[in-house]
This record gives sequence, structure tokens and C-alpha cells, in this order.
Amino acid sequence: MRVRNAKDLLAGCLFLAFGVAFLILAQDYQLGSARRMGPGYFPVVLSLILIVIGLATVVRSLIVSGLPVRDFSVRALALVTASVVLFGLLVEGVGLGLAVAGLVLAAAPASRNSRPLTALLLAAALGVFCVLVFVKSLGLPFPVLGSWLGG
Amino acid sequence: MDFLANLATGFATALSPENLLYCFLGVLLGTLVGVLPGLGPVATIAMLLPATFALPAETALIMLAGIYYGAQYGGSTTAVLINLPGESSSVVTALDGYRMAQQGRAGAALATAAGASFFAGTVAAFIVAFLAPPLAGVALQFQAPEYFSLLVLGLIASVVLAQGSLLKALGMVVLGLLLSLIGTDVTSGTSRFAFDVPELRDGVKFVVVAMGVFGVAEIVRNLERESARQVLATRISSLMPTREDVGRIVAPILRGTALGSLLGILPGGGALLASFASYALEKKVSPRSAEFGKGAIEGVAAPEAANNAGAQTSFIPMLTLGIPSNPVMALMIGALILQGIRPGPNVMLEQPRLFWGVIVSMWIGNLFLLVMNLPLIGLWVRVLAVPYHLLYPAILVFATVGVLSLSNATFDVHLMALFGVFGYVLAKLDCEPAPLLLGYILGPLMEEYLRRAMTLSRGDPTIFLQRPISAAMLVVAVLAVAAALLPAVNRTRAKAFAE
Repeated sequence: MRVRNAKDLLAGCLFLAFGVAFLILAQDYQLGSARRMGPGYFPVVLSLILIVIGLATVVRSLIVSGLPVRDFSVRALALVTASVVLFGLLVEGVGLGLAVAGLVLAAAPASRNSRPLTALLLAAALGVFCVLVFVKSLGLPFPVLGSWLGG
Repeated sequence: MDFLANLATGFATALSPENLLYCFLGVLLGTLVGVLPGLGPVATIAMLLPATFALPAETALIMLAGIYYGAQYGGSTTAVLINLPGESSSVVTALDGYRMAQQGRAGAALATAAGASFFAGTVAAFIVAFLAPPLAGVALQFQAPEYFSLLVLGLIASVVLAQGSLLKALGMVVLGLLLSLIGTDVTSGTSRFAFDVPELRDGVKFVVVAMGVFGVAEIVRNLERESARQVLATRISSLMPTREDVGRIVAPILRGTALGSLLGILPGGGALLASFASYALEKKVSPRSAEFGKGAIEGVAAPEAANNAGAQTSFIPMLTLGIPSNPVMALMIGALILQGIRPGPNVMLEQPRLFWGVIVSMWIGNLFLLVMNLPLIGLWVRVLAVPYHLLYPAILVFATVGVLSLSNATFDVHLMALFGVFGYVLAKLDCEPAPLLLGYILGPLMEEYLRRAMTLSRGDPTIFLQRPISAAMLVVAVLAVAAALLPAVNRTRAKAFAE
């Protein structure tokens, strides 16, 4: 047997994994009956449906051919995701402005057209802009200077 | 006349200075994001959602609606000028619009697009005004079984209308439904799938999921095909279509408006499908079908009318039934819920100012767009010249700060990053995010109605078939799937989305 459609195979496995995981977790909740559904009823039904769909997708991937997964840009994905996580870790410590600047600087290398100087300028501009708009004019309760900086 | 009294209420609301201002801001912002490729109305509305909390409900909805239909205008501008559709619903406009621009008729193409959109928008606003009250009347008699079947129909429609494989779209819907169950079950108070994480007790906010799969993942997808974009300095000579042009576009605009209005009402429909379908229709019925793809003005007029009509009539199921037909409408419902309004047939009776104000504002917004769009084309072209490597950090910052402002929790920010990775992986596997999102927003409602229906019938599942309205909706759902599976339709479907 040969895999003819890698995308379908992976998608099917993903559905299967989620279906099985939700089904196992749902065992902790009362099932109830159709007339009086417990908290476990709907999740169990959905998990079973998802497992069936997952199996069907896997089977189809062995029969119908398709394109392989291409151009998975790990670098861009990692940098963009990391910059968001970095923002979340920093914002309470160093305040909104610096956290925004950190996000921009961390995300900048994800584009091959970025230059260090423009990234710095953009980081500074967006940091100032966010503090002015979100904290000063919209009055959102974000720290301007974080707890690490005595704000 | 009830209708006139309602319209008067609508005009009184929509014409207040504050609402006019926000309507204008909405369509301006909508045009801007429509022009910018890589930033769509879904991400924009999701970003602005927290900020609308401070506004009155009708003002918030008027602005958000303006973003949605404004984006349809902006998307067509870039499609015509640089063959780069800013919105997916303008993809077909680029086919003939860009050819017209190359032939030195960019002005005529843009004027046609704007005029067709305005006409369709006006008609669609009337259709919403006429159709919504009787529909809401019918919906008031709905009970749990009818609502459940309606939700099934809506989800099935989103599957049938999704791009690519039906099976995977169905999987995405079910996955979305499952993910929506994370958090406390309202009926029993049991905390489900929360792993004892306190932040998960209230579930994952819809905006966090939407920003992850549509915002973060979209940025990464744009980065991987980033290239130096060249904006051609297209000279726009005459804006006015010739008399011959006008004669050629009247019928296509009428057909496009009719088809778009119809498809917009369907769950899962909206602007995207409307524009594809109407282009296909025009190509079939037009006496000049050979010119299509070579700069036929009909190929600009019909889909532009259709996508605007579809964008507006997709408000009908949202306003009358409380059911979103696409992710944008799901966000609108999110905005209403933030305001403490439970969407459904009661909105029209209890919030006449909101209901009629939004409808009238659509017409006013279209007028704004018509008047402001043509003079501003020069500005939009300059906006397009902003390279993506300066744009995406800003989009990412606004998305992140927007999510943080939801409840000032960095947990949400990290969750958004996680959904970004998830969304990117799914996109790489050709799994469409729209059905997932629709499932996510409808999941809790669906469980609730299923529970109530089964209690009503004492556990007998045939209740869904015994009640005529419910049975009819399920039959339509089955027919839709069967039709999509027919080889002939399947091929057309593949062809319609191929472009």
C-alpha cells in the first residue's frame, strides 16, 4: 500500500488524534441518556464522528492521489509565533511600549526584505504609537512601564 | 405603513452625527484593508471588536458592517489596477478588470465596479428591510428542534461551499464544534477539557481563535510567498464608461444583484461565492462570452454587483435567526454578545434602533463609498506601495494588543500564538479554517438546542423529522451534500474555485 496524498494522510491523522483525545477525556464526564444528556454526551458523539471522518480521510489518502506538502516555512512560523509569545512574557514586566518594540524586532527577521535599521525605527514608532493610542487615549489598563522597571 | 415607520427609525438612528462618523470610519477602514492584501475584514473586525465595547451597540455594529462591505470595494480597486485582488471575493474582478486597465480603460472599470456595487448595495439593503421582518416572524415560532436543524443546515452549507475536499471541511466543522466545548458546561456546571487550568474555565474566546487562524497564520502564509511587489503607475484617463458600456452592463448588474442577494442569504454563502457564481453565470448567458477574460466590462460589473449584494444579504440570517452565515457574521454576533444582546428574532422587536439603523446605514455607507472611492484611488495606490515587511509587524502588533485587551490576560496572547501554529499547519494540509470557525461559534448553541429538543421528545431522535420545518431543513442539507458529491457538480465546483 502506498500513500498517494500526504496532505490527506496528515489531515486524517490529525482528525483521528483529536477525536481519540477528546473521546478519552470525555470519559470523565457523565454520559447521561438521550433524554437527559450529561456533560459527556455531545462530546462523545462528536468525537466518534470525528474519528470516522479521520479514518475515511486516511483511507482516501491511500486511494486518491494529491499534492505533497510543500514550502512549510518553519523559520517564518517560528519567528512570528515566538514574537507573540515574547510579547506575552514581557508586557507585564517592561510595559506596553517596550513589549511592542520587542515583538517587532523579534518578528522582523521573518521577512527576507527586512533591514535592521528599518526594523528598529518601526519598533520605536509602533511602541510609541501603541502607548499613545491604547493607554493614553483609549485608557486601556496596560502598564506603560512594567513592574521590572518600577512602573 | 409599518415599513415606512421602520425606515424612519432607521434613518433617525443612522443619520445621528456619531453614527454617521463611525459609518464613515468603518467604510474607510474597510476600503483600506480591502486594498491591503494579507489583511482582510475578518482579522480587522476581530482586532477592533474589543474597542467597540465602549460604543453603543448600534454604533458598533454600523462600523463593523461598514468594514465588511467597504472591503469589497477596496478589494476590487487593487484587482483592477494591479491584478492583485485585495479580497478573495474580488478574484474574478481581476480577470477582466485588469485586462481593461491594460487596455487603458482602468477608469471605466473602476467606475463600473463602484456603480455596480452601489446599485447592488441599495437593492440589497431594501431586500434586507423587506425580508427580515417576515423571517423573524417565522423564526419566533421556532423551537429547539427547528433551531438544531437550522444549525445543521448552516454547518453543512459551509462545508459544501468550502474550497477543496468536502470530507476535510466536514472534519474541520466537527473539530470546531469539539473545541468550542472547552470550558464550563452551562447545564451541569462541569468543567470540560480544561485540564484544571483556571483560564480555560470560561473556554477559549472566539476572537483568540479567529486571530490565531486568520491573523497569525495568514501572516506566515503571506511571508512565505513574499516577493518584491511592483505597483504599475497606471494612468487613469477617463472615469466615465461610454454609452455603449452602460448599455452592456445593465443586465449583468441586475443578474449579479439578484444572484448575489440570493446566495448571501444562504448559510455559508456571502460575498465570495456570490462573485464566483455570477461570473460563471454571465459567461454562460452573455452574447459576448468570447470576450470574457479579455477585458469584458460585463465580467467586472456582474461579480462586483454580486459580491456587494451577497455581503449585505448575509446579514439576514444573522439579524433574524442569530445564526452566522460566515466568519464575519460570527464576529458580528460576538460584538452583540459583548454588548449584552442575545442575537435572534427578538433583536428586531426589542432593539428596533439597532436593527433598522444598521440596515439604513448600509445604504448610507454605500453612498459614502461611491462618493469617496473614486477620488481616493490615487491614495489607495500609494498605500499599496507599502511593502509587506513594514506592514506585517504592525498587523501582528495590533492583533496581539487587541487580544490582550479582551480581558488583560497574557494567557490569551499565548493561546493566540498556539492557534496561529495550528492554523498554519491546517492551511498547509489544505484544511479550510472557515468551517472550523463556524463550528466553533455554533457549538455551544448546537449542544443546547440538541439537549432541549431531546428533552422535549423524551429522547426520541425522530422529532427532527416529525416536525415539518425541521425535517425540510434536514432534507435540504442532505440534498446539498448529495448534489456536491455528484461528479458533474463536483467538477464545476473545482473549476469555480480553481482560479
